[in-house]
Formats: sequence, C-alpha cells, structure tokens
Amino acid sequence: MLELNAVESGYGETQVLHGLTLEAQTGRVLAILGRNGAGKSTTLKTIMGLLPLKSGQIAFDGKPIAGRPFDIAKSGIAYVPETRDIFPSLTVRENLEIAAKRFGSNGADWTMERVVDLFPRLGERMDNGGTQLSGGEQQMLAIARALLMNPRLLILDEPTEGLAPIIVKLIHDKLQELKEAGLSMILVEQNFGFATSLADDVVVVGKGQIVWTGSSDDIRADDTVQHTWLGV
Amino acid sequence: MAHDLGFWTLQALNALQLSMLLFLLSIGLTVIFGLMHFVNLAHGSLYALGAYFAASLAAIGGYWMGFFLAPVAVAGVGILLYSGLIKRMRKSGPMAQVLVTFGLIFALLDLTRIFWGDLALAIEVPALLDGRTAILGIEYPTYRIFIIALGLFIFGALAFVLGRTQIGAMIRAGVDNDAMAACLGINVERLFFIVFCVGCALAGLAGVVAAPLLSVTPDMGLQILIPTLIVIVIGGLGSLKGAVTGSLIYGFVQTFGAVLAPQLASVLIYALLAAVLVIKPVGLFPAKG
Repeated sequence: MLELNAVESGYGETQVLHGLTLEAQTGRVLAILGRNGAGKSTTLKTIMGLLPLKSGQIAFDGKPIAGRPFDIAKSGIAYVPETRDIFPSLTVRENLEIAAKRFGSNGADWTMERVVDLFPRLGERMDNGGTQLSGGEQQMLAIARALLMNPRLLILDEPTEGLAPIIVKLIHDKLQELKEAGLSMILVEQNFGFATSLADDVVVVGKGQIVWTGSSDDIRADDTVQHTWLGV
Repeated sequence: MAHDLGFWTLQALNALQLSMLLFLLSIGLTVIFGLMHFVNLAHGSLYALGAYFAASLAAIGGYWMGFFLAPVAVAGVGILLYSGLIKRMRKSGPMAQVLVTFGLIFALLDLTRIFWGDLALAIEVPALLDGRTAILGIEYPTYRIFIIALGLFIFGALAFVLGRTQIGAMIRAGVDNDAMAACLGINVERLFFIVFCVGCALAGLAGVVAAPLLSVTPDMGLQILIPTLIVIVIGGLGSLKGAVTGSLIYGFVQTFGAVLAPQLASVLIYALLAAVLVIKPVGLFPAKG
C-alpha cells in the first residue's frame, strides 16, 4: 500500500535517512522500531511531506506521493504526531470538526458519534479548550481527529509516550479494535511490548536505514536484534 | 474644562474613533503575520492606496462609490503583490521579507506621487453623515460616530467568522500550527491568500474612512505604519483580541495623553510599548500562548 524506496531525507543540512526502503501492506499494522535518533519520526515526517524528500521514491497505492502535506492528507493518509499537536485555540469539538467536515462526506465510515463511542471521555470534554486536556485525552483526541479523516492509512508516532500505564492499555485496546476492523497502520514506538503485540510486521531502523525486517513473533524470539538495535 | 463631563465624553469618543481606525489596519497585519509568519511592512501603503482610490472614485461617483469599490481595488493590488512578490518570499526569512516590503513602501509612495501628485487631496464627508449628532449628552460629528460603528461592526463580524465558523476554525488552527493544519488536509496556502486579501481590503477600507478626516497625502501610509506596529506588538501577534485591545490602548493613551500631559504625549505610547515588551514580550493576547 505504501512503499518507500531508497529514501533520503533530513532536517536542513543534516541528513537522517540514508536510503531507507520499506513497505506497508494493506490491512496490516507495520511497526517501525529503533533507538532514539535512528530516523523513525523522520521517516513518518517524510511520508507526510513535512520534510523534503531529497532522493528516492515514496508511492501510495502504486502512485508517487504528492509533495505537499495537504495533498498527502487528501490522498488518504492520516497522521498522529508524537507531540499530538492539538490546536490550543480550538475546542475539542472544533479540533474534531476540522477533520470531520473536510473528510466526512455522506456514508463516511467515521463520524463524530462513532469517535465519541470509541473514546467516551472526549464526549464529556467537547467544549473544553484543546489545552485543558490531560496527555491521555490529547492522545485520544489526536487519534479521533485522524480517524475522522476517514484515512486508508493511519500513521502514529509514539502514541504511548508519557502516558500512564492504564491509558497505554486503553490506547492499545482501541488500536487493536481498529486493526481488527481492517485499518492499515504504521506505528512508530519505543514501547517494545506495545508495538509487537499490535503489529503484524516489524522493521528496525538503525542509522537511517532498515537493518531488520520480519514479523512480530520473529523479533520477539530474536534476542540478537533486540540487543544490537533496540537495547531491549 | 477638565471638570466638564462632556469634555471627557468627547475625548473618549475621539480615542474610540482612533482605536477603530487602527483596528481596521492592525487586524489584517496581525493575522497575516500569525498565520504565515510573514512581515508585510507595506500594509500601511495599502491604507494610503485605499485613500487615493477613494479620492479618485469619489470624484467620479461620490463618497459611497469610493467606500465600496476602493477596498476591492486595494485587495486587487494585494493580489498582484501576493502573486508577484510575497508568494516567492514566503520561505526567505524575516530579514529578506522586511527589506523587500520596506522597499515596497517607497515604490508605492512614488507611484502614488506619479499618479496623484504631491498635493494633498481632500474628500468631502458624504451628505448622509455630515453634521453632528447628539450622543451621551454631547454633540459629536456624525462621520466619526460612523467610523466607530463601522469598526465595531467589522470587529463583530470578524469575531463571528473567526470564532463560530468552519473557516474561522481553520484560520485559528493554521495560526496555532500550520504544519499540523496541512496534515489535516487544510490548504494553508490558499487560506493565507484569502486572509491576505481580506486584510488588504480592510487596510484599504481604513484608508477610505480616514480620508475625509485627514488630508490624503503620499506619506500617510508611512505615518500610520508605526502606530499599527505598536498596536500589534502590544496586543500580541495573530489574535483578534490582541488587535482590538492594542488598538484601544493606543487610541486612549494617545488621545488622553495629548490632553492630560501634552509634553509627554509623544513619549507615552513608546514608554508603554517598552513596558509591555519588558513585562510580557509576546504581547497581551498572543494567538500562541
């Protein structure tokens, strides 16, 4: 569904990705693992067009991906960034509506009612400002907002970072529900247990390249790769 | 005279009228800056152009023709500036933007000289708004009341659009975080273009309504630029609340300063600006907290 081929990218003069190649398949969850600074978030930002693609190709459904974040979002990729990026000047409702009104045409899968069913907590906080939410609520809102784009591919950058264990469990269960409903996902995670229990496929990034590819079961059984590339 | 209530009412209305004029100018500049981090120093020149267009149109079809068409014409100039210059300057950093738009001030200044000459032009107050009206126990020029009402109306309309509509939510989201807004499928560039055009039209409108009060001269844009910048620095960048608060503060400090402490009047507003910068460098109500 999404293919990256020999991708080079980075921040300004600093190159982070050195010929990264990976593929995410329809209806499956791909986890991207690796140490801090390996290039996981950079990979996601490059997919979203937030960082310039210096060399290589990215194809979505076989077609080269358009350059600007706005076009990429329109093509069906939703992004939940590491910093969640809830709009502080907007209420919870407005944060959701901004996605719903643009992508929620008739018969769309995800509606305001459905995301509130998924995260009832958001329903109670509809008229709160975006900044009045706890970290866990912000994460729920970021995921709900992405779902309202009715994406074909959902990209999540460290959804468990900084959250209490009980919220991590809740986010896990909700993402599991989405996976069972057939939503394709790419997940960047530091939490090894969380990532491998959700993902079908796993790639490990080291120094801006893919250094290991396999399934969740494979990587759980492979102490060497865990040691060398993840420091688990 | 200072014990006369009517005197204070008069000064308060004068202050309010100046505030509303500054509000029309600063709201466009501040939202353009907040949304795209673009510094457009030529915003004051658009105000001058509004006054000149109004003067020419008034000569053809009277004040109201200028009132309705001059802001549209200024928005047209804005579109030319945007597609010819500003779009290319978007990523070139504040220094280059300041230099280019600063240069633009002088280019537009000389263009107005070439087209309209150096002599000051005057526009008549329209018959409908001529004369005085009794308000709060005093007789006050009807035209100035009209400016106050217009400013309040524009403020109300913008507060509604920004606060209650989908496009307003998109603009606020873009000011908060333009990258994330784009990731939600919002065409931030197009949004900026719309905001830029509306901002230009409002600057033009300010020029139109100011024209009958002041004489229309080539340097009027330059004269209004510094007060407008002070307003948005005091108010905080990118927010409607900041623009209206900054305008009110400037209008009242300037007007009452001139009455109560004429020797200090020209210094007072700069002292206030310095105080705000020391105590709250981001301004009173910045869009980004």
